[in-house]
Amino acid sequence: MDLLRFFTAGNVDDGKSTLIGRLLYDSNSISTDIIETLTRQSKTVGANTEIDLALLTDGLRAEREQGITIDVAYKYFSTSKRKFIIADTPGHIQYTRNMFTGASNADLAIILVDARNGITDQTKRHTIISAILGVPHVLVCINKMDLIDYSEEKYKQIERDYLVFAEKLNLQNIGFIPASALAGDNVVTKSEKMPWYNGLSLLEFLETVQLSETQQTDEARFQVQYVIRPQTEALHDYRGFAGKVVSGAYKKGQRVTVLPSGIESSIDKIEVNQNEVDVAETNTPVVLHLKDDVDISRGNTIVPSEFLPTTQKELTATICWMDNASYIPGQKIILQQNSFRSKAVIKDVMSKIDIHSFQALESDGTMKLNDICKVFIKTAEPISFDSYSHNRNTGAFILINENTNNTVAAGTID
Amino acid sequence: MKTQHDYLVQLEAEAIYILREVAGQFERPALLFSGGKDSICLVHLALKAFRPGKFPFPLVHVDTGHNFPEAIIYRDNLAKQIDERLIVRYVADTIQQKKLQDGKGKFPSRNGLQTYTLLDVIEEFEFDACIGGARRDEEKARAKERIFSVRDEFGQWDPKMQRPELWNIYNGKIHKGENVRIFPISNWTELDVWNYIKRENIQLPSIYFTHERECILTESGQLMNTNEFVKREETDVVVTKKVRYRTVGDMTCTAAIESEAYNVDDIITELKEARISERGATRMDDRVSEAAMEDRKKGGYF
Repeated sequence: MDLLRFFTAGNVDDGKSTLIGRLLYDSNSISTDIIETLTRQSKTVGANTEIDLALLTDGLRAEREQGITIDVAYKYFSTSKRKFIIADTPGHIQYTRNMFTGASNADLAIILVDARNGITDQTKRHTIISAILGVPHVLVCINKMDLIDYSEEKYKQIERDYLVFAEKLNLQNIGFIPASALAGDNVVTKSEKMPWYNGLSLLEFLETVQLSETQQTDEARFQVQYVIRPQTEALHDYRGFAGKVVSGAYKKGQRVTVLPSGIESSIDKIEVNQNEVDVAETNTPVVLHLKDDVDISRGNTIVPSEFLPTTQKELTATICWMDNASYIPGQKIILQQNSFRSKAVIKDVMSKIDIHSFQALESDGTMKLNDICKVFIKTAEPISFDSYSHNRNTGAFILINENTNNTVAAGTID
Repeated sequence: MKTQHDYLVQLEAEAIYILREVAGQFERPALLFSGGKDSICLVHLALKAFRPGKFPFPLVHVDTGHNFPEAIIYRDNLAKQIDERLIVRYVADTIQQKKLQDGKGKFPSRNGLQTYTLLDVIEEFEFDACIGGARRDEEKARAKERIFSVRDEFGQWDPKMQRPELWNIYNGKIHKGENVRIFPISNWTELDVWNYIKRENIQLPSIYFTHERECILTESGQLMNTNEFVKREETDVVVTKKVRYRTVGDMTCTAAIESEAYNVDDIITELKEARISERGATRMDDRVSEAAMEDRKKGGYF
């Protein structure tokens, strides 16, 4: 059984939490004691229906009191076909950073549209964030169809409007589903109220969407997380580089280059859980051993000599500023890419991206919470990377404030 | 491109990755070990992450004194078997040193008290990271917690000030005195844990499997183990049933469930049919209020 990670973007007003609640409820993923609790809570907040499904996902007290989603909540369910991890992200503009967070790991985005309102600024923003983060599948769920009398005409119009807008965004796969989360139409089972719709229900779509397309590249990439040196008598010379194959595959005997030093060697041994293997595929936690005694530490990259990533001290990237405190020009930061860290500085805020039109606006050099900007960064140490569109694992980074230690931005390398 | 899609392989890879990040980022980490199935899985994952090397952290157990004896025996045997360091600190000692009020009532809980001992042991060894087996599917406050969860000097969790956590990039940078709670199996569900136990053939304390036990049937219908910490009354309804434990917490606040599950396969079948959540079935401590867990976490609890 495989695993699909998706995130949902939209407001409480769009019925996002209701939709997730419906998915969980109708797929029998909610326990009876939780349903009892919900029934009790629903009465407290004065919800219209017997069970307010939205209460399932709003976990924090403040959220329940205010009826909004503040933070990303993770939910889990499985069917006989697949296991799912949902990142339920808030939709309001002031929570763009949370959506960035939820979208970063996702294989699929569900973008909710209120059928009465059609494509809004918010729909555009959610779509643009999905595009920046290279989410492989975007599913536009046109919700509240019951409130527009299940009109095919109106649905088709929204679909057309969306496609016109999305044309310039380079999204990989776009799907559409007309639904009513509240009534349960096309969520788990196909609705009889929309005979004109020939596609799948939402759950059927989630169960069958192809995941293999999420792998962007065959080029092997590996970063050292930790050096295993038992230093016991029996294992005196044991020196293994522990990490994960983030893309491609590694083979015993393969010529490799260690970056940033540029020293070449070859793979002497690959261990997976202390067993020697000839090949290690993507996503496997391994311990690599090299033929030569090379000085290697955490954050170094070991790659096939014929497929080198870019290694340099500067890069351009699209970043989302996530800190409450605005960016101070010249401020020293730490850049972290997986296990690699280096001091860094943003040399130039080149442009600001209008997240409703995807246009690059002239920058005044400032960055505040939720701004998405194109920046030029210099690092103190050379960083080995691929462009994010080529490799989601080696083209992503976060920026950390040296003083507060907070994660202040997340970026994708051009 | 062949990519491994099996979800257990993916969850395992994620957990091992997180454990190695802890080793790479922190100077004095610890693995909080309770003798329960989740922390047993963590130890198993740590073996996969670090062998043939030693663990870059000790196992730490906060012993409430109300633990099931089976869990304690299991704990000691495991530490010996894998030859790793085990640090045990006792809530009873904390109660004495700090002149704290012990839990009261019919089923006296040391749930709140163990936070003191935990914070003390963190201070004693200057742990900068504590690895725990909490999962996001357990409870709705946990559903919002990061994998790297930064706590202030008082161990407090501030749900509104959490660091964004993106991709597989974990920011464990902290100031002196702060520490990070780390949850490598955040994305696992109860059923995932059992499927993993099955796949890896992991041995567990016997109380996870069915056995006959004398229990008090409470008014709310829970089966509570009879033991020296529970205040017995004449009106108690005492029954002997075939039961097992779904979670291994304190004897005073963990309820047994009626079960005929003799082995891991039986448990997996039972869980697939179960219509009640893990904490709902077994924990008295979460029934106190809707936000009981959220409040405990803010106070430094796991």
